[in-house]
Amino acid sequence: MPYKLVCGLEIHAELKTKSKMFCACKNDPFGAPAPNTHTCPVCLGMPGALPVANRQAIERTIKLGLALNCQVNLFSKFDRKNYFYPDLPKGYQISQYDIPFCYDGYVETSEGKVRIHRIHLEEDTAKLSHQDIDLDGDGVLDKATLVDFNRSSVPLVEIVTEADIISPTQAKEYGQKLRQIMRYLDIADCDMEKGGMRLEANISLRREGKNELPDYKVECKNINSFKFLEAAINYEITRQTEILQNGGVPTQETRGYNPTTGKTFAQRSKEDAADYRYFPDPDLPPLEFTAEQIEAWRQELPELPEARALRLATTYSLNIQSAQSLTRQRLEADFFESVLTLAKQENLDCQKLVNALLNKKITFSLQDLPSKVLASFQTAFASQTVDENKLTAVLQQVLSNNPDAVEKYRAGKTAVLGFLVGQTMRELGKQTDVNQVREQLVKMLD
Amino acid sequence: MKLNELTLKESLDKLAKKEIKIEEIYQDLDSAYQAKNSKLNIYLSHNDVALEQAKKASHKPLRGLPIAVKDNFCTRDLLTTASTKILEEFQPQYESTVTKRLLESGGILYGKTNMDAWAHGSSTETSDFGPTLNPCNPAHLPGGSSGGSAAAVAADLAAAAIGSETAGSIRQPAAWCGVVGLKPTYGRVSRFGVAAMASSTDSPGPLAKTVEDAAILLNSFAGPDERDGTCSRNKAPDFSQAIGQSIKGLKIGVIYQDIKELASTNQILVEQLQILRELGAAVETVQAMDPHFAIGVYTVVQRAEVSSNLARYDGIRYGLDRSHFGAEAKKRIMLGTYTLTKGRADQYYNLAQKVRTLYLQDYQRLFQKYDVLVSATSPSYAKELGASLDAAMFGELEDMLLEASSVSGLPGVNVPFYRDEKTNLYLGASFIAPMWQEEKVIKVADAFEKNTKWNSWRNK
Amino acid sequence: MSVNDSQVKHIASLANIPVTQEESEKIAKAFTDTLVVVDQLKKAGAADTPTTHQVTGLKNVWREDVVKEEYSFSQKEALANAKVTHQGYFVVPYVLQNKDN
Repeated sequence: MPYKLVCGLEIHAELKTKSKMFCACKNDPFGAPAPNTHTCPVCLGMPGALPVANRQAIERTIKLGLALNCQVNLFSKFDRKNYFYPDLPKGYQISQYDIPFCYDGYVETSEGKVRIHRIHLEEDTAKLSHQDIDLDGDGVLDKATLVDFNRSSVPLVEIVTEADIISPTQAKEYGQKLRQIMRYLDIADCDMEKGGMRLEANISLRREGKNELPDYKVECKNINSFKFLEAAINYEITRQTEILQNGGVPTQETRGYNPTTGKTFAQRSKEDAADYRYFPDPDLPPLEFTAEQIEAWRQELPELPEARALRLATTYSLNIQSAQSLTRQRLEADFFESVLTLAKQENLDCQKLVNALLNKKITFSLQDLPSKVLASFQTAFASQTVDENKLTAVLQQVLSNNPDAVEKYRAGKTAVLGFLVGQTMRELGKQTDVNQVREQLVKMLD
Repeated sequence: MKLNELTLKESLDKLAKKEIKIEEIYQDLDSAYQAKNSKLNIYLSHNDVALEQAKKASHKPLRGLPIAVKDNFCTRDLLTTASTKILEEFQPQYESTVTKRLLESGGILYGKTNMDAWAHGSSTETSDFGPTLNPCNPAHLPGGSSGGSAAAVAADLAAAAIGSETAGSIRQPAAWCGVVGLKPTYGRVSRFGVAAMASSTDSPGPLAKTVEDAAILLNSFAGPDERDGTCSRNKAPDFSQAIGQSIKGLKIGVIYQDIKELASTNQILVEQLQILRELGAAVETVQAMDPHFAIGVYTVVQRAEVSSNLARYDGIRYGLDRSHFGAEAKKRIMLGTYTLTKGRADQYYNLAQKVRTLYLQDYQRLFQKYDVLVSATSPSYAKELGASLDAAMFGELEDMLLEASSVSGLPGVNVPFYRDEKTNLYLGASFIAPMWQEEKVIKVADAFEKNTKWNSWRNK
Repeated sequence: MSVNDSQVKHIASLANIPVTQEESEKIAKAFTDTLVVVDQLKKAGAADTPTTHQVTGLKNVWREDVVKEEYSFSQKEALANAKVTHQGYFVVPYVLQNKDN
């Protein structure tokens, strides 16, 4: 292909907070019992209503920035972005213009670094839907748009990358990583079907060997899955290549993606570039953070998936692929890690255990106790039973070698059982049925 | 004497001593309302159950006294039109913080008063519901934008009134109607529920018969509000403590602007301020930054904020659509839009905000030397009806002496300092102090009021 | 600085204000009059002065993340002033679903 992809992503995600961004209404547009039930003068843009910022949303945006290796602006503010649309009750959206909370970060992907240009916080708009209703009572249905403000002013982060993305698969990987990180931070559900995460891609092509950015940009909007994102970029590569090869330049425009046809389609041309007349919102005092505050927030970050996978791989001698599989989601990872901790203590083959878990060779639920999981693992992969006399002899040896542990156990600290099992397994080999060992051990201790 | 002619303080005292009954006040007030309101066009709506509510409020600080409220304060029980066609039928389902607190303090919302549409003006002539006439001389304008509230006080159609000021909208109509108008520090009073004009300068405040009345009324609604992020987090002081204090040793600077149109007003002002010297204050003339720049700052900042603040009126959730804006609103919205467009923001909006800083710095310099500054409120007496029409900058020029202090957020009080016997029209003086120091202007204005003959209630 | 009719029309469309030809001409004149006054700002010597957007000096004013039902509307209150509603929704003439945000 004589052309190379130049692509940047703009991703919006609704933040998970109890209340909305600028008012104390419930932030739960999908759980609302009926339209326009989570509203107040502020999110309906009534006369005299004033916004007051949600501290939690600000903190979460900055934590996201820290997780994405961003710099944080110690001075920041909210601005008004002025435009008209029925889903925008005030005639302006409160957003951030020239001083976003975070800038200059990056996400690593298998095809290279994707730099984050900026992350800012804004408010979501109302939700529009369409229906034919007889509005004027003439018995004929009219095309109408319905507006529900339950979503109005829900906190929304926008994460904008540099045009670093070089392939459709990289776009997808970046999106998936971003979603994974937001979920790890527990700041957003990123449910794309409900519009909780929205993808936009700026796509253009440059001739192989050139370095400067193309002088046009096609914006693809309304993409609601990573699969479609990949498909839309692929489609655009084909479409734009054809135009370029015929000596043309693709029109600078906004395009939608139709999942049924697999094609993008023109929505509107960008010739009359919008003039949003940004200015600092006089209703919202500016924000100033100290380096100490930012550092404290950094300390509160959970271990992120990449670091965690690396650590699990090292600690439990796992291959990196399986470690990554274990750490896809935070709660799952917590569970797997507790199982692995015990398995290591009991001197089991952790990689084998993980394979069994990932390939669903044993059944388990995230609520199970680690010992129960290990028991099913042992049963399933049995594990040679040992001659009872030999087992008793080894156990006696282990117990007499570890009088402290025995004492602790008898004092009620049953957690040392794992240690004693581990000592025994070391003597007998990893193939030994750990259940048998444990049962016999308990008998002897009691 | 009719009981509606008592000051707020007199009414409170007489009610406390049981010399009069609240019913008697309302009886006199209602007859005055019947006699004058349709002629002067002061109230746009009237509370028919005011007396019933008043009877239930007798144990509260304001004892059920009737208060006139400008029609840009959202009220659950009365329509809120901001004197516009667009909001003609708007019935808020929420209460502004100011009126909520007023009601909690036992003040009664007697009715909503006429104003310049959207508060755009200094005449009350741009109201979509016709002009209010000046009770002192009905051939003249009451000023604005809180013209209805000033007129309600002047015509004894309320014990006191509430208005809002962006740059002059409390003090200028107060001056033209010969009453007291107190513009608190920006951020002293919550803006929640007040239809916004220019968000960075809008300040709700009292209009009253005396400085003391204004202080009492301000006490009922000033202070922090979690629903307004620009409202001070500090508890408001008891403003009535500043009443009756000595001004001995106070340093007062008279801002003497050498402008032709001001010459005769300034001359009277300087003569009248002589009394402050006699009361022990040091009074001297000072030069302040040219007020003409303030006209530009205010015009740009206000119109930019207006263009955005009025964007919400699209007719979908309430009110009529955008084709129903009056000529003045259209002009302001569009000029504001223009000054914010790409490539022009630096030339206009950002430059105006820089010059605003120069005014702040100038006041800092002046307040290092003076406790209080004073100037005329308006260059002249109330203008005749029709004067504002087709004058693109009528209000800005009328309010040129107040704009600098308004964009700087300073508190100020207007008190009458002269009455022309022939026309029965007043001149007003505006005392200003550093931010958060309302007590200083209240103290000086109170002393001035009590020691001169210009307050018509104190000198009946 | 003068403003012409076509500029006024562009601004009118940005501001979403319908104007007639007659209004447009009047507004163009008012613009010009106003800008004469405003252009004086260039002489104030403020080029290197920082801007002041807010005078209170307040910063970091925020709410804790708490729902306050007492500030919220019922559906009936939310819709009370709307011209057209349908099954709990506000209604507007059909518009394209997606645009910028």
